[in-house]
Amino acid sequence: MRYQSFTRLTVAALAAAAFVAAPAAVQAKKMKVGFVYVGPIGDHGWSYQHHQGLLAVKKAFGDKVETTHVENVPEGPDAERVTRQLAQQGHDIIFTTSFGFMNPTIKVAKQFPKVKFEHCSGFKRAKNVATYNIRYYEGRYVNGVIAGRMTKSNTVGYIASFPIPEVVRGINAAYLGAKSVNPKVKFKIVWVSTWFDPGKEADAAKALADQGADVIFQHTDSPAAMKLAEQRGISAIGQASNMKAFGPKAQLAAAVNDWGPYYVARVKAAMDGTWKSTDTWGGIGAGMLTIASVHSRIPADVRKQAEKVRADIAGGKFHPFTGPLNKQDGKPFLKAGEKAGDGLLAGMNFYVQGIEGSLPK
Amino acid sequence: MELVVNILLGIVIAATPLVFAAIGELVVEKSGVLNLGVEGMMIVGAIAGFSVTIESGNYLAGVISAIAAGALMALLFGFLTQTLFANQVATGLALTMFGLGLAALWGQDYSGKAAGNFPRLDLPVLSDLPLVGKLLFGQDYLVYLSILLVVGVSWFFRKTRGGLIVRAIGENHDAAHAIGYPVVLYRYLALMFGGACAGLGGAYLSVVQTPFWAEGMTAGRGWIALALVVFAAWRPGRALLGAYLFGGITILQLHSQGFGVKVEAQYLSMLPYLATIAVLVIISSDRLKVKLNAPACLTQPFRAAT
Repeated sequence: MRYQSFTRLTVAALAAAAFVAAPAAVQAKKMKVGFVYVGPIGDHGWSYQHHQGLLAVKKAFGDKVETTHVENVPEGPDAERVTRQLAQQGHDIIFTTSFGFMNPTIKVAKQFPKVKFEHCSGFKRAKNVATYNIRYYEGRYVNGVIAGRMTKSNTVGYIASFPIPEVVRGINAAYLGAKSVNPKVKFKIVWVSTWFDPGKEADAAKALADQGADVIFQHTDSPAAMKLAEQRGISAIGQASNMKAFGPKAQLAAAVNDWGPYYVARVKAAMDGTWKSTDTWGGIGAGMLTIASVHSRIPADVRKQAEKVRADIAGGKFHPFTGPLNKQDGKPFLKAGEKAGDGLLAGMNFYVQGIEGSLPK
Repeated sequence: MELVVNILLGIVIAATPLVFAAIGELVVEKSGVLNLGVEGMMIVGAIAGFSVTIESGNYLAGVISAIAAGALMALLFGFLTQTLFANQVATGLALTMFGLGLAALWGQDYSGKAAGNFPRLDLPVLSDLPLVGKLLFGQDYLVYLSILLVVGVSWFFRKTRGGLIVRAIGENHDAAHAIGYPVVLYRYLALMFGGACAGLGGAYLSVVQTPFWAEGMTAGRGWIALALVVFAAWRPGRALLGAYLFGGITILQLHSQGFGVKVEAQYLSMLPYLATIAVLVIISSDRLKVKLNAPACLTQPFRAAT
């Protein structure tokens, strides 16, 4: 409502101004917002959720914005070409939504100092390049608690993509969450070296189920593992988006990325002229990550326990990485009571103590 | 023991889409045409099979649609390369890109939907045998169809007149034409058979294996099928073997990770491809043999002298 009345006021004012002074008409120009996606919107995961964010921007600003999105942009030279093209077409703010778009974004941003860029999940910033990401590990910890309580075989399967800190952090968080409620829990981790290959993801889930895992986590983009869990009658945790349609019985809960509030706030800032290059890393507390559709078959006390952990993380009362905590090889990582700072989290390239198997380099 | 059976079951499922796509392309190449659009035909088959299965609730209808969609894609390729004499390599690549785009468009309303379980063979007593029952007598119907297709194609090339004609056209289309065989017609038919098989392979992925639709879900399997044809030295039995080898290593490396084998995951992911390359090198070490096996007219356009 607020936006709508704001729109009407502006439109009226600008219409009046247009009669008086022509240059004011320039101000009436719509804000052009561009999005670059690494996958198809139809992946029902990562890029799909970013697109939901675009739709939130459209809904919030209506006629005042014009949005463009480019799907399926490979990380590499194509990313630079697409981003530059968007900048040349007069987009005022451009969101590039994959880690591999980092260098292309920085490069193009230098050539278009007046255009604002937002890069998702990277660490390089510039005067006109902001970065943003979600603290997925918070959701993985909460879901780890659920998984730890719900597993009967004490074996949790984890389908991992690539050994980057983002993924390793997620494995550690899920393990610590599960371990906190179930000291006997073991994690079986399978690396598939892909973000998106439904056939291979299904194969990996099958292998984990065959080896006795009865709850499956994934850090890949398709719902194949969820669908397999449903067929096998075991459980799984939804990743990036709500995968309930693929596992109505199987999905214990999903950690859902919600980019909408951030995108709306940033576009608003660009409109108001208050946009600055910032580094945002928001989690459950910031509303960027939600734990969705916790299954009704989960016993009430487990649900309550998970909800408490979720609320404590959201309120800042609890940090998933709190000491005492050792690395896998037994070397100390965090002292008793110490909380991992963002720097430590960002560079996490080791398993925590208790996880078996070796981390690929 | 049960784990071994489960691993074998996993291998069968991982290999079957490759068996379909490879055996189809093998027939196409035997007729002297190289269709690099396997990936594109597979993905169109995947969405055709999935969308029709969802809309009609009938698996048979879904499978038939996938076959038809793959064959139609191949017909388009045939028209461009056989009638209009477009370059086969370029047209094949274009067919892949076209297929990926077309499937994405077609599939817009189907992402987020899921199909049920594909019907399986269920024989009294036999399917319930311990261990081997599930493996030999409890697979989904398409697995048996894929094996039958390989046997059928092998028989076709060895024992039938039609197979001999296709082989002749692939080896020397001018001679075949001189005897009076309709070269272009046979090539059209071979292409459509290849397209139908590729479509079926795609549908196996979207209707049986996963079973859902996601854009780009074939994830390069069409290219692997193409490599398998060379790997097999254009022999149906070897194509089957190659597909199972590839699927087998894929599944085994996933399992070995679950068991905590201390090998870097990247190496394990490379394994199926490395094994394929290794076998390719061994096979092609004897050049004469490769030359003998490869259809001599592969990729050559045929224009009837008038």
